[in-house]
Amino acid sequence: MREMIVSELTRAMQELVKDFARFLPRLIVFVIIAFAGWVIAYLLKLIARSILRLIKFDKLSENAGASQLLAKAALPPSSELLSRLVFWVAWLGFILLGINALGIFGLQEHISRFFLFLPRLFAALFIMFVGLLAASFFSRATLLAAVNGNLPSPRLLSISVRAVIVVFVISMFFEELGIADQTVLVAFGIVFGAVMLGLAIAFGAGGKELAQRFLEHKLVHANEDDKNEDELSPL
Amino acid sequence: MLKEVSTPERTGALRTDAKLAEEGFLTDDFVRQLISVGEIDILVGLPTHNNAKTISSVVAAIQSGILQSFSRDRAAIIDADAGSRDGTPDLVVSASIDDVRRRDSNRFALRTLHSISMQYGSSPARGIAFRTILSAAELLRPRASAVFSPDSTSIQPDWLRSLLKPVSTEGFDLVLPTYTRHKFDGLLVTNLLYPVTRALYGLRIREPYASEFAFSSRLGSQFLSENSWNDETAREGCEVRFTVAAIAGGFRIGQVYLGAKDPLDRSAADLVPALRQTIGVLFGSMESNLSVWTSKTGSQPITTIGADQQFALEPRRINRKRLLDMFRAGVAELDSVFQSILAPSTLAELRGIARLEEEDFRYSGELWVKTVYEFAVAHHKAVINRDHIIQALAPLFRGRALTFLLENRTASAAAVEEHIENLCLEFERLKPYLLELWKDRE
Repeated sequence: MREMIVSELTRAMQELVKDFARFLPRLIVFVIIAFAGWVIAYLLKLIARSILRLIKFDKLSENAGASQLLAKAALPPSSELLSRLVFWVAWLGFILLGINALGIFGLQEHISRFFLFLPRLFAALFIMFVGLLAASFFSRATLLAAVNGNLPSPRLLSISVRAVIVVFVISMFFEELGIADQTVLVAFGIVFGAVMLGLAIAFGAGGKELAQRFLEHKLVHANEDDKNEDELSPL
Repeated sequence: MLKEVSTPERTGALRTDAKLAEEGFLTDDFVRQLISVGEIDILVGLPTHNNAKTISSVVAAIQSGILQSFSRDRAAIIDADAGSRDGTPDLVVSASIDDVRRRDSNRFALRTLHSISMQYGSSPARGIAFRTILSAAELLRPRASAVFSPDSTSIQPDWLRSLLKPVSTEGFDLVLPTYTRHKFDGLLVTNLLYPVTRALYGLRIREPYASEFAFSSRLGSQFLSENSWNDETAREGCEVRFTVAAIAGGFRIGQVYLGAKDPLDRSAADLVPALRQTIGVLFGSMESNLSVWTSKTGSQPITTIGADQQFALEPRRINRKRLLDMFRAGVAELDSVFQSILAPSTLAELRGIARLEEEDFRYSGELWVKTVYEFAVAHHKAVINRDHIIQALAPLFRGRALTFLLENRTASAAAVEEHIENLCLEFERLKPYLLELWKDRE
């Protein structure tokens, strides 16, 4: 009985050692891949940072209004943030390759899903960046047009334009990532509809007098002014 | 008429015909009509678009001018039309010089006056219209060409002689006008375009953005070949671009006094397009002419034929409160935009004067010059979209215009001229500040 137990334990130990001996090279491969991946990811980070600085990405980001958001969230500048993202995505990719080399059953499917997800992640980030740029451009264009057109509340108009574009961009961002796309779509519809309805009610009820004054000024007093005053001819 | 084209020069012109036809810019019919005209001595260009109300009197004045001063010369009127729907091209083409002769004088034109119209598009684009006129001049090889505004209500027959003679007989390449204008008309010219052009390029050109001017074939050809016509931005404000090209190319420039000019029917709401076509183009020209303007200090007068700029002084009722309100609204609402464009000290001063009441309000010359130079550098650097930079200048210009109105409310013509001269000298004095900013931004 005792011999049998010893024999079984010995066999189990031997198998464990054999398994470990079989696993050890894979572990070494994993460590090598992870280390090489870290080096490559670090190099990619340096390259990405240089390219982003060369193309003055921080300036673009500032124009898009992204820098202000990052500063409020105590995050580094956008070129630094993006180069760090490149580093982590690259290194994570290598770590997952290493885990794949370990041959752990069940993980391979998740790893392949991750790699399939990467292009969508980059596409979503691109949409977000271009969207923020567009929001900044159009809100500033609205602000300038409203100021030069002597319209009331130019900043409110500008913020409204920015908000609508940002909400639209966020919904596209999540749709591209495939995260709760139906929920996001419905939420977008509700938010957009609510904003429009709110504006309509606010203008119709709350801003009735303002609208009346505005229209009177534009259509009645402005004409009287025009009759009595000479226009300045800039050229 | 076709016999006239069989000269060596004409062969060169025909080669140009082929080139233009290849480019597909001029229509075949237009080129055919130009070829049938042959060589001419003077060319008058009209960039039209729905100008039926005024075009007949403008064409009549031109025809009368031809009868009075160019009766022995071969002449052509080229109408570059933007798809008028009120029959403007027909009015140009069908206007008979004989009617003018019967009405105004007993002179006879010894040569046929040709009138040709070409529709270049369906919406007005002065750059394309000007390109059409230049292309026609390239083919017809006139000794002198002139462009007139089709909506001018003050054009006189002698304007034709005044503008064209210096080019055709005295060797000028570009002749620009000076007028008698009300002291509060053309504030964009007197407070911005003239002083900036003068400080940058060192020549005292009173009307760098002229609606009437004359030019030589030499200048026309060079501008036609060197200007980037495919660039959308290059099509806007071609008048300023043309003036700057003449300065940068070392062409001989003069100005001639034409008389009283009625303000065009442009309201204050047109300020932003006017800024785009003038100061926007001038800012844009600074990059391509860097070596020209950075080497100039001070300014020189140019040959002026007749009187210098004159000012009418009759009182006008102008809404100063609206100007002040729009200036204040601009400073308050566009603060984030100005932070990208202006130096902190300049912005702080602007915030300060925006708090002043009308009677104390003063946008000083020095502050205005610094503002404009900082805008020029921001435009060069494209700190934000360039068109947005130009639009952001509009409310500040209103503040400067208000100061000009207040300073000159009761001023004599001499005092108005002195104020403009002082502003110009301020622009010249602070040019090193512009150069410093430009270098820093580089």
